[in-house]
Amino acid sequence: MAKAGKYVVVVLGALVMLFPFAWAVITSLTPAGAVLQTPPDFTPDDAGFGAYERLLETMPFWRIMFNSLWIAVASTVFQLVTSSMAAYAFARLPFPGRGALFAVYLATLMVPLQVLVVPLFIEMRTFNLTDTYFAVLAPTIASAFGVFLLRQAVQQVPKEFDEAAVLDGAGHFRIFALVVLPLIRPALATFAIFGFMASWNSYLWPLVIIRSPEFMTLPLGLANLHGQFTTEWNVVMAGSVVSVVPILVLYLFAQKHVIASVAQSGLK
Amino acid sequence: MTLTEAPPKVPARQPVRPPKKRLRHALTVAVFLLPSAVPLLLFTLIPMAGSLWTSLHEWDLITPMKWVGLDNYAGLLAGEETRAAFGHTLYFIAGYLPLVYAGGLGLAMLLNRAMKGRDIFRAIYFLPVVTSWVVVALLWKWLLNPASGIVNWAIGLVGLEGPGWWTDPDWAMPSIILASAWKDLGFVMIILLAGLQAIPKEYLEAARVDGANAWQRFRRVTLPLLSPSTFFVVVISLINGFQVFDQVHVMTGGGPAGATQVVVEQVYNLTFKYGRAGEASALSWLLFAVVLVVTLIQVRGQRRWVNYG
Repeated sequence: MAKAGKYVVVVLGALVMLFPFAWAVITSLTPAGAVLQTPPDFTPDDAGFGAYERLLETMPFWRIMFNSLWIAVASTVFQLVTSSMAAYAFARLPFPGRGALFAVYLATLMVPLQVLVVPLFIEMRTFNLTDTYFAVLAPTIASAFGVFLLRQAVQQVPKEFDEAAVLDGAGHFRIFALVVLPLIRPALATFAIFGFMASWNSYLWPLVIIRSPEFMTLPLGLANLHGQFTTEWNVVMAGSVVSVVPILVLYLFAQKHVIASVAQSGLK
Repeated sequence: MTLTEAPPKVPARQPVRPPKKRLRHALTVAVFLLPSAVPLLLFTLIPMAGSLWTSLHEWDLITPMKWVGLDNYAGLLAGEETRAAFGHTLYFIAGYLPLVYAGGLGLAMLLNRAMKGRDIFRAIYFLPVVTSWVVVALLWKWLLNPASGIVNWAIGLVGLEGPGWWTDPDWAMPSIILASAWKDLGFVMIILLAGLQAIPKEYLEAARVDGANAWQRFRRVTLPLLSPSTFFVVVISLINGFQVFDQVHVMTGGGPAGATQVVVEQVYNLTFKYGRAGEASALSWLLFAVVLVVTLIQVRGQRRWVNYG
């Protein structure tokens, strides 16, 4: 009895989580004339892809989607490379002032984006870089958080492995690439997931730096779409639905790993 | 994210190397560090300094800056707008945090024991976490549409009249809180679930043998042993709560009538709407100071209630 009750609560909760997505799909298939009617006047017979066609007519949607995708991939790759190299230096290469420099890295971790947005905007404007791909990507090339996370992983690699490689005549670059990187793959995967999600979902910085639709990313494009079509909810929902699909596919593939990573490191 | 670990200690004695080898070593270090150090310098440290510098000036982003010393900070601290912005932010946190913690804990408790399809439910609850704030805000803005939204239609079915949600100053913040809690519920659940699974079964069994009822076991065994996870959720949620922006900007833009003008929304509007970049920078540093103090107080205070076994 108690067990059945528990099950009912869990299922109801799952419906609450799924309903907004389902409703978005339904709305996106509703013809323009019926969207604002109450009670909702929806029969499957009327369903159509009119809203999707309108979406593609009014904004360079595929380009915006492609922007989001390649910027997220590029930012993830940059962060993986720059952070793992720095992590190796902080974990394995002794040099004077290492502790102090690491403290500086950690300090940048504490400063929120909101503090940086205005001066970053000015910086980009000074060099005539507003409204460019470079400007969107620049603040995400390096990640102090990544350095912190990966340094811990590198430290856990037994030193004996490096020493064996040294005996074989390997230098630091080969030890890094051939010994350490393969051994910290789980940490790299965790960090890659966070990096991709952060870039894919980021809104404030693109909002500040991008004006032209051809450089927009999805969150910005969608918010803009909503600004233009305040009452055409079927078009706005069509955009939302299409923009959720790629991250959803990725999530379904990496679901177990994503959840395990969050549980472990407590980030999103 | 734990930042408690001390920076690595530099070994007391550096290995002595011949000059040529030393140069090579220095080059190696540079090659490993520069790819991250240069971007951090250009896109974090210099903007940080720029932000401090801007906060000491009056500036409309166009005409030359005018030095005003600490006037921006003084003006903000005395100003009605600042108090309102922090008030709205605290209102958001006061609604969001209890909701997301209670909901997350409830779900974590339900999913903690073996049940059919547990992994599927866990994945479903986590789905909104991977969805962007902009999409979540749009979904909920539509669900909570006062005239044609499905929620008010459902409320109408039971003979009541739904509120104006994000169009009504009294209901706008609750609307944002609802959408935010819905998005983050799965995140809190996952963290607490990991905490629950770390609690040894023997403790609960021993309490049961001693005659403790379900509520007593929850209150006296589970909650205290879960306190490290709770602590983590509270710290992270407060940091995120103080910095709330995306969903507010999309759902209400700080309105109606300024009812949801939270601090970061205020920073954005001061800069890009009103051309008051100096005050905006000062406000962003005030926010940073508040978050830092609140977080430090929690880290200090954790001894009193967080049980690390």
